[in-house]
Amino acid sequence: MNKQAITEVIDVWKSFKTVQAVRGISMRIQPGEFLALLGPNGAGKTTLVEMIEGIQKPDKGEIYIEGKSWNGNEKELQNIIGISLQETHFIDKLTVAETLMLFASFFRLDRGRVNEIIEMTGLEEKRKSYVVNLSGGQRQRLALGIALLNKPKLLLLDEPTTGLDPNARREVWEILRKLKKDTGTSLILTTHYMEEAEQLCDYVMIIDHGQVLREGSLHQLLRDGNDDMMIEFTLNSPFPEGLDHSLDFNIQWDDNSRKAIAFVKNIETDLLRLLSFLREHDLQPGNLIWRKKTLDDLFTTLTGRHLND
Amino acid sequence: MIERIRENQFSQLILAHLKETIREPGVLFWGIIFPILMSLGLGIAFTQKSDSIRKVAIIDDSTRVQLPVGKKLLISDFLKNNQAKNVIDPHYKNCRQITIRDDKLGNLSVLFLTMAWEEAMVKLKQGELNLVLMEKNGQLEYHFDPLNPDAQLTYLKLSKFISRPGTQVSENTDMIVPMTLKGTRYIDFLIPGLMAMGVMMSSMWGISYNIIDKRSKKLLRRMVATPMKKTAFLSALITVRTGMNFIESVLLFIFAALVFHISIQGSIPALFLIFIAGNIAFAGLAVFISSHTRNTEVGNGLINVVVMPMMILSGIFFSYHNFPDWSITVIKNMPLTMLADGIRSIFTEGAGLTQIAIPAMILSGGGIILFIAGLKMFRWH
Repeated sequence: MNKQAITEVIDVWKSFKTVQAVRGISMRIQPGEFLALLGPNGAGKTTLVEMIEGIQKPDKGEIYIEGKSWNGNEKELQNIIGISLQETHFIDKLTVAETLMLFASFFRLDRGRVNEIIEMTGLEEKRKSYVVNLSGGQRQRLALGIALLNKPKLLLLDEPTTGLDPNARREVWEILRKLKKDTGTSLILTTHYMEEAEQLCDYVMIIDHGQVLREGSLHQLLRDGNDDMMIEFTLNSPFPEGLDHSLDFNIQWDDNSRKAIAFVKNIETDLLRLLSFLREHDLQPGNLIWRKKTLDDLFTTLTGRHLND
Repeated sequence: MIERIRENQFSQLILAHLKETIREPGVLFWGIIFPILMSLGLGIAFTQKSDSIRKVAIIDDSTRVQLPVGKKLLISDFLKNNQAKNVIDPHYKNCRQITIRDDKLGNLSVLFLTMAWEEAMVKLKQGELNLVLMEKNGQLEYHFDPLNPDAQLTYLKLSKFISRPGTQVSENTDMIVPMTLKGTRYIDFLIPGLMAMGVMMSSMWGISYNIIDKRSKKLLRRMVATPMKKTAFLSALITVRTGMNFIESVLLFIFAALVFHISIQGSIPALFLIFIAGNIAFAGLAVFISSHTRNTEVGNGLINVVVMPMMILSGIFFSYHNFPDWSITVIKNMPLTMLADGIRSIFTEGAGLTQIAIPAMILSGGGIILFIAGLKMFRWH
């Protein structure tokens, strides 16, 4: 590669007493790039991110930020990254402004920067509220604000919107979109919401059991095999196996939800063919819907599970 | 310039610790009001002698015993001689009271309750009775637990009068001279102890619990992922605690000086020195025991394991000289004992820097060693 990557992770492994959390993951992030690590709980996302943040040491493999490893460059790297951990609690009885001022002092920043952050995260009205009295969304925006204090070149957010309602989630996304537009910050974000990865990130890595299952741009991932539309319907009896051989797309039967799923290329023609096919075989489809294929669908076809399971 | 100092990380950490502490309403109560209430309660309880009441059972089997002719019943004789008052008590059908007057040691009222042997034994075990009296063949038997000082005292006082029929109950106390010198009252013993205990409790809970709580909330992990200096974090926490302890002790002293007229007879610089040494010792201990756990309940247990034995053994409320000889050497070397004895010797014995130097050195040296050891194994994540 000609451009220097802001972060480079090379074949990193990490295991704990009972689990192999990360099993050989590599990645490269360019300046300004937003990358999502998408996977269910326990996939190894947090462990991977904490190794990049220098909080945990990999058993094997190398991690470089701006070409430097954590070993011996701690203070320097801490100054160029901004992080938000999964579920950090700050000091209950400090106000928003006081909390930001405390963290600003660690970076030798002044009150001016604190005011900028308060404005950027939309916390003006909550400036004098105790942290304990903030809503979940406001708390996450505060955590994000703290991560942004030092104008980081690399921002690492571990599940920044988990547990938030859709509005609060959108407010966090808005801040990140603006950041992407206005600065050259790179972002590594972990999430188990496919919508979050779709909305914010240029590049997605789908992770499960400590390994990368699939990676690429959103476009690449969803165009996988060209079948980017999905049709879903219920049937009274299970779809007979092998019956779909006359079609040029597959119909999968999910016994739990009692639903049949088909991925198709061209909805206009394929839907009509599916309907006539069902009529020919005397099958009555119910609750029929079709929509664009999502990352969750992709995850389900790869693992047989849903992202939020 | 002032703004620069305010924005410095050490000042910001001090401000943060200070604010989180004083914004918790419990801090004011447990740190300041509670020790004052305790000194008030204990001070009053142990300085003003009030009438004490002892309960004595008389075994009612006189009907069954055939008295030899000419023998009188000792107890009823004694009660009659001293014009025992009948007292109405809902629990006992026959209840009489005699008061032994004593203007120096306090009056002693004895309630005589008539009951059967079995009932008396139950009540004795429950601690409701001090003594059981029974007449057998004209002889008086005293039944009581010889290890119970209260029971012994009641026996001594009563037997003196009952064995000399016809005498009036009143104490001749001419040879007793009550001590009223400053520094010899219970409150003079108690206040320095409470100050030492305050330093221990507030350091152990304030520092240890704060660290463990921040670790369990992953806040420590978040903070050390910034260029924050680890020693700045801990020293700010300790500085705030020491300051709070100082204010708490001063307020307790002012209260005790106003209410109980307590005074410091020794050297103030020595007092200051031992106070700082005590703070260093307990801050070091607090950092040491909180260096590893991230579970607040384990933390609770650890703090209690350290704090409880010292509260009981270190002579805060009562002198430790009644403990077995072999244990006294151990007790004397506990940090709380050293601090309490140090403060007490300045308050009541007029001690100065020379007497205080060695314990102050041991306390601060021990504290620094524990702090360094704690920092070495400190778990930030």
